[in-house]
Amino acid sequence: MRINCPLCGTRDRREFYYYGAEDYLDRPAPEAPAQAWDDYLHNRDNPAGVTRDLWYHDLGCSSWLVVTRNTVTHEILAVEAVADRKGGAA
Amino acid sequence: MPELIAKSALHGQAPKVALGTTLSEGVVEKMVSVAPYPGRGAAVDAVLGALGLRFPAAGEAVAAGDVRLIWVGRGMAFLLGADAPAGLAEHAALTDQADGWAVLRIAGPVAVDALMRPFPVDLRAAAFPVGKVARVPLNHMQAVLCRTGEDAFEIMVFRSMARTAWHEIAEAMDVLEARARAS
Repeated sequence: MRINCPLCGTRDRREFYYYGAEDYLDRPAPEAPAQAWDDYLHNRDNPAGVTRDLWYHDLGCSSWLVVTRNTVTHEILAVEAVADRKGGAA
Repeated sequence: MPELIAKSALHGQAPKVALGTTLSEGVVEKMVSVAPYPGRGAAVDAVLGALGLRFPAAGEAVAAGDVRLIWVGRGMAFLLGADAPAGLAEHAALTDQADGWAVLRIAGPVAVDALMRPFPVDLRAAAFPVGKVARVPLNHMQAVLCRTGEDAFEIMVFRSMARTAWHEIAEAMDVLEARARAS
């Protein structure tokens, strides 16, 4: 399995650290209802198919990435830098 | 005040030569990381312009004489061979890195073959030309790899990993030498 890092190119997945679901990018406001915090911290879909999650290129360029992949075929469908997505620093 | 004796990470390590290729410890006297603050890219380039430099793109090394600026990760580059120019600290986070890294140099006809064993990247000239930089693991060590010439590379690892990095590359050279002798 290989991940195409936007800065480093295609690299082996062992260079990357898996963090968790993409849901971690949508942190509720501090005063948000308990249900929103419960969803953010604990409730995850477990799809047989396309899923999106966060990876960190720790043996490479230190980018946080949103990886779209298929849990059935192990195909990597898209890789996007979190910084680009939020319009942050390059 | 007493003068402290500066020692390099591989102090006393003699260069290793195999198949006309030399592995040696490099010396970096000045090394500062430059991480531009959000939205300050143009301002950082303007200050670096005074040195004849600009902030490098991903995988790029920029040089002006003996002063180099090499990309080392998302939003970060190392300035080598000079102090940070005046005014840069307003637009970028600057951190002295000189004590934290060890530099190894390898040059010669089997440099590419030796490095392609521990580094999982294509180092042939078409894929990794002179001047290219990559963050790439040296086995399990975080490293910076830079091609400084047709047959010459510079490898940077955390200072605490210097001997392990040396061992991995020296062993790759030994294997190539043994194979050449056997054939």
